[in-house]
Amino acid sequence: MDALKQQIRELMVTELMLPMGPETIATDDLLFSPEGLALDSVDALQLVVALEKKFGLKLADSEAARTALHSIDTIAAAIAANQTE
Amino acid sequence: MPRNILITGANGGLGLAIAQAFLSDSPENHLWLGVRANRDGASALAASAPDRIHLVELDVTDAISWESAVKAIIDSSGSLDVLVNNAGHHQDSLLAMMSDDAWRSVLDTGLTGVFFGCRAVSRVMMGQRQGRIINISSLSALLAPAGQANYAAAKAGVLGLTQSFSKEVARAGVTVNSICPGYIDTAALAEMNPEQRQAAQARVPMRRFGKPEEVAAAVVFLASPAAAYITGSTLKIDGGLF
Repeated sequence: MDALKQQIRELMVTELMLPMGPETIATDDLLFSPEGLALDSVDALQLVVALEKKFGLKLADSEAARTALHSIDTIAAAIAANQTE
Repeated sequence: MPRNILITGANGGLGLAIAQAFLSDSPENHLWLGVRANRDGASALAASAPDRIHLVELDVTDAISWESAVKAIIDSSGSLDVLVNNAGHHQDSLLAMMSDDAWRSVLDTGLTGVFFGCRAVSRVMMGQRQGRIINISSLSALLAPAGQANYAAAKAGVLGLTQSFSKEVARAGVTVNSICPGYIDTAALAEMNPEQRQAAQARVPMRRFGKPEEVAAAVVFLASPAAAYITGSTLKIDGGLF
């Protein structure tokens, strides 16, 4: 699971062009909160596309995306659940 | 690197000129011509380079048709690099006399079709982290002549869609631009009688109609690496008319 979370961190920094190193993102940082990473809806869409491409995670609608995209922890859980299905 | 290019409304004069321009631009360009019932021109062009031109069934007003066309291209070639939303038609009438059907059909093809197309390719192009979308609007979007409330609304809508959508996909390396052709010498202008043609030409500062190839050249440019920083733009090609 830790390896998966590290992969998600690296994916986020690369795909969203975040001005920070992967190691500075905590797995429970809130992605869209101003106290967290303060991502916006365009980042969210890009993340949805990248997660589908790399991990096969299909977030079909905005409700599914909202549930999965709280933090790296919740994304990792969604990928793990998807892979065991 | 090979590029896969989808052109809608590819059987019309402008669509064929755009296809021809991409064909001449690079031997690595592979064309997918979106066609419906009328396909004689597109079929003839495809016969001239069967290994590089494919016809694809596409009703631009139908979201499912878009999904199938995009899937067919990706399944066959692995990428979709350029989309040219060129399909459209006009059905002119003064607004007070305009039928519901004339309004809906022009909006369905000219605006909703562009929306369906952009949506259908958005995730593919974002996933590739590169893509080019060129939407063919019209000078009518800016001039809004009497008798074209439906067409002007559809084409002005395309400009708004282009600008908004371009901001959503810019970070993913996808550019979205519009072109507004003025009087271009295609079948649409052939409906004019000689007096109307003369009067129209007199209004153009260059005193002539544009050639389809002159619009096609701009489409090829906007799809080229040289245009990488241009997005959300509207390029008018009208001999100085507007």
